[in-house]
Amino acid sequence: MSEAGAARPLRDVRGPSALGGGSRRFFDLLWLTSVTEFKRVYFGTVLGYLWSLIRPLMLFGVLLFVFTQVFKIGSDLVVHYPVFLLLGIVLFTFFQESTTNSVTAVVAQEGVVRKTQFPRLVIPISTVLTGAFNFGLNLVVVFAFVFAFGVDPTWTWLLFPFALALLFVFTAAISMALSVLYVRFRDVAIIWTVLAQVLFYATPILYPVNFKPEGDYEHLLMINPLAVIFEQVRIWILAEPEAPTITEAAGGWLGLLPAAAIFLAACAFGAWVFNREAPRIAEDL
Amino acid sequence: MPANDAATSQDPLPAPGSNAPLAIQVEDLHKAFRIPTHRVDSFKERVVRPFAARDYRELRALDGISFEIRQGEFFGIVGRNGSGKSTLLKLLASIYRADAGTIRMAGRLAPFIELGVGFNVELTARENVVLNGVMMGLTPQETRSRLDAVIEFAELDDFVDLKLKNYSSGMLVRLAFSLMMEVDADILLIDEVLAVGDAAFQQKCDDAFHKMKSAGKTIVLVTHEMATVEEYCHRAMLIRDGHIDHIGDPAEVGRRYLRLNFDRGAPGPQTHDGGSEEIRVLDAHVENEQGERTDTIEHGSPIRLRLELEAKRDLPGLDVGFIVANADGVGVSQFGMPVGEGDARAIAAGQRVRIESTLANPLAAGRYFVHCGINRAFAGGIALYVPNALDFVVFGGPTNSGIIALPHESAGTIESEGKA
Repeated sequence: MSEAGAARPLRDVRGPSALGGGSRRFFDLLWLTSVTEFKRVYFGTVLGYLWSLIRPLMLFGVLLFVFTQVFKIGSDLVVHYPVFLLLGIVLFTFFQESTTNSVTAVVAQEGVVRKTQFPRLVIPISTVLTGAFNFGLNLVVVFAFVFAFGVDPTWTWLLFPFALALLFVFTAAISMALSVLYVRFRDVAIIWTVLAQVLFYATPILYPVNFKPEGDYEHLLMINPLAVIFEQVRIWILAEPEAPTITEAAGGWLGLLPAAAIFLAACAFGAWVFNREAPRIAEDL
Repeated sequence: MPANDAATSQDPLPAPGSNAPLAIQVEDLHKAFRIPTHRVDSFKERVVRPFAARDYRELRALDGISFEIRQGEFFGIVGRNGSGKSTLLKLLASIYRADAGTIRMAGRLAPFIELGVGFNVELTARENVVLNGVMMGLTPQETRSRLDAVIEFAELDDFVDLKLKNYSSGMLVRLAFSLMMEVDADILLIDEVLAVGDAAFQQKCDDAFHKMKSAGKTIVLVTHEMATVEEYCHRAMLIRDGHIDHIGDPAEVGRRYLRLNFDRGAPGPQTHDGGSEEIRVLDAHVENEQGERTDTIEHGSPIRLRLELEAKRDLPGLDVGFIVANADGVGVSQFGMPVGEGDARAIAAGQRVRIESTLANPLAAGRYFVHCGINRAFAGGIALYVPNALDFVVFGGPTNSGIIALPHESAGTIESEGKA
C-alpha cells in the first residue's frame, strides 16, 4: 500500500515460454511441483512408496528366475548377475516411468497451463525430478543387494553420479519432446509405449553386452546411448575385471560416436521442439 | 440516478489523473488464431493427408489494439462473446503470445481467468495455494505465511487438506478469489468473477474490491455485467471484432455495449408456416418507432407489432389477441382487437388481413415473446393460435429488477413537526 504512489518501471511482457520469469522462480516452482507430486504418490495410496518399489522388484524376481533357472544366460557371464539385473531394472524404471509420465504431463496440467503464466519447462522437468526421487529411494534397495551379494566397494563408485547425470539429461530431453508433441499428436502415447519396450530389450539389462563372444552385437548395441550408460554403470559399480569397457564393447572410440551423436541429437531436438512449442501450448490444448 | 448506483457517488477515490504513472501500456497488439478446417490430431492423418493441415482459416482475434492503463486505475473491458476481450486478457497474463505489437507492464501481476487460477485438482488446497503463490511471483516462504489468510478469507478452514477434486465449484472459486486477493500483486486481471459464492461472501468480495481500489491497485476487469463496470470502473473499453470501439467513460461504454449487444440490425423477412385450415400467417415482425424491422427496441420507445394473415376460406369475422410474456413466461400484458369494423367484418377466401399494434414500452430490459391468438368472431372458438409468434428484446432503461418500470411521481419529505 505504501508503494501505491511510487512509480514502477514498465517492463516488456513477452508471453509464455519454456523458461522465462527468472531462474529463482523456475527452481522454486520446479522443486515445489516435484516434491508435491512425489508426496501425492507417496501418501496417495495405501501402500504409498512401496508400490514404486514392488513393481521393479516383482519384475526383478520374475526375470531372475527366468534367466538363471530357465535360460541360464546370466549367471555364466556375469559374476553378480542378480545385482546386475536389479541395477539395470531400477535404472531403466527411472527412464521409462519419467518419460511415460511426461507424455501426458502437459495435457494433465491443462487447468494450470491455460490460466497461469509460468515457465513451461517446469512441467516435464518436474516429472523427471519426481521420477528421480523414486529412483533415489530404489537405489537404497539396490545397494542393500549390492552388499548382500558381496560386491566390494571401489573408488569407482564415486563416478556413479556422473553416469546418473547423463541418464537424467537424456531422460529430460526425451521427456521435453514427448510432453509437447503429445499436445499435437495423441499417438505419441502409443508410439512411446512400444518404443520404450523396444529400448528395454535393446539395452543390456537382462543380458550383458558381451553375451556373444564374437562381438558383432556388441557394436550394434553400443549405438544406443542407454546401453553405453548402463554398461559404464556396470563397470563402475560391479567392478568386474572381465566385463568389457565401453570402448571395447563399441570396438574403439569411433564406435562410441553414434551413441554420442544420438545423445546430443536427442538433447538438441528436445530443447528445440519444446522451446518452439512452449509459447503455443495454451492455444493448442 | 437509480438507487443501486448510489455506491458510485459514495466512492471516495477519484480516478487517477492523467499524470499518474502507467501500469499497462499496449501498442498495436495483434493476435490471430489458425482454425484448422480439418483438425490433424494424429500422425496417420498427417501422412495420409500431408496438406490437410494447411486448410485453415485465420481468425483475427485482435487486430491492432493500443491503450494505456494508469497505476491505481480500475479499468473495465467489455465486449460481446468472440470480440477478442478474453484473448486480450490472456495476452496480458502471458498465457498467449502476441503475433505483433508490444505489451509493457509495471509490477507483478495476478491473473484470475475463467473463474479460477491454475489449480491442480489432484492436490490439496494447501498445496495449490503455495504452488499458485509462487507462480504469481511470491517466494515459497511468503506464500506459506499467507496461506492462513487465504484459507480464512475463503472460509475453507475445515477443508485445507482436502483434494480440490472434492471441492464444490463454489468452494473452488472462493479459494481462487481469496488467493488472488492475498498475493498482493500490483496488477490484477479478472475475468467474469464478481458473482462468486453466497450473499455473505459476495459482500466480502465487494469490500475487498473497494479496499484494493483505495489501496491504489491497478485492476483490469473483463465482464458482461454493465452494472459492475459502472459501479467500480474509472474507465472502460469496448472491444468489437478485435478493435477498440470506444474507450473512456464507463457509462458511455455501457450504453454502446448494450446497443451493440441488442442492435443486430434488421433481421431478414420472417416467414411463418404456422397456419390452420382457416388462416395462414404470411408475415409477423416487430418494428421500431421509425418503422424499421428489428427485434431490439430501446426501453421507452414504442414497439410495433406487425402481422399479416390470409384467409383460406370464407370467414364471418375474426378477433386477434396478443399476449406479451417475458423470458420467464410471465404474462406481462394481454390485449386484442376485432378485424374490420361494424358490419364489414366478413373475410373472403384469399383475402389478406393486416394487424398493426403499437405498444407503449415501459418494459424492463430483457427478452419478450408475443403469443398470438386468432378467434372466430360470432361463432366462437380459436381459429389459430401461434405461440411465440414474435419475439423482441428491450434494452436500456432505469431498472434492473421488476417486470416493468411504472411511471411514478415520488417524493421523500421530512416533516418539520413531530407528532404526539
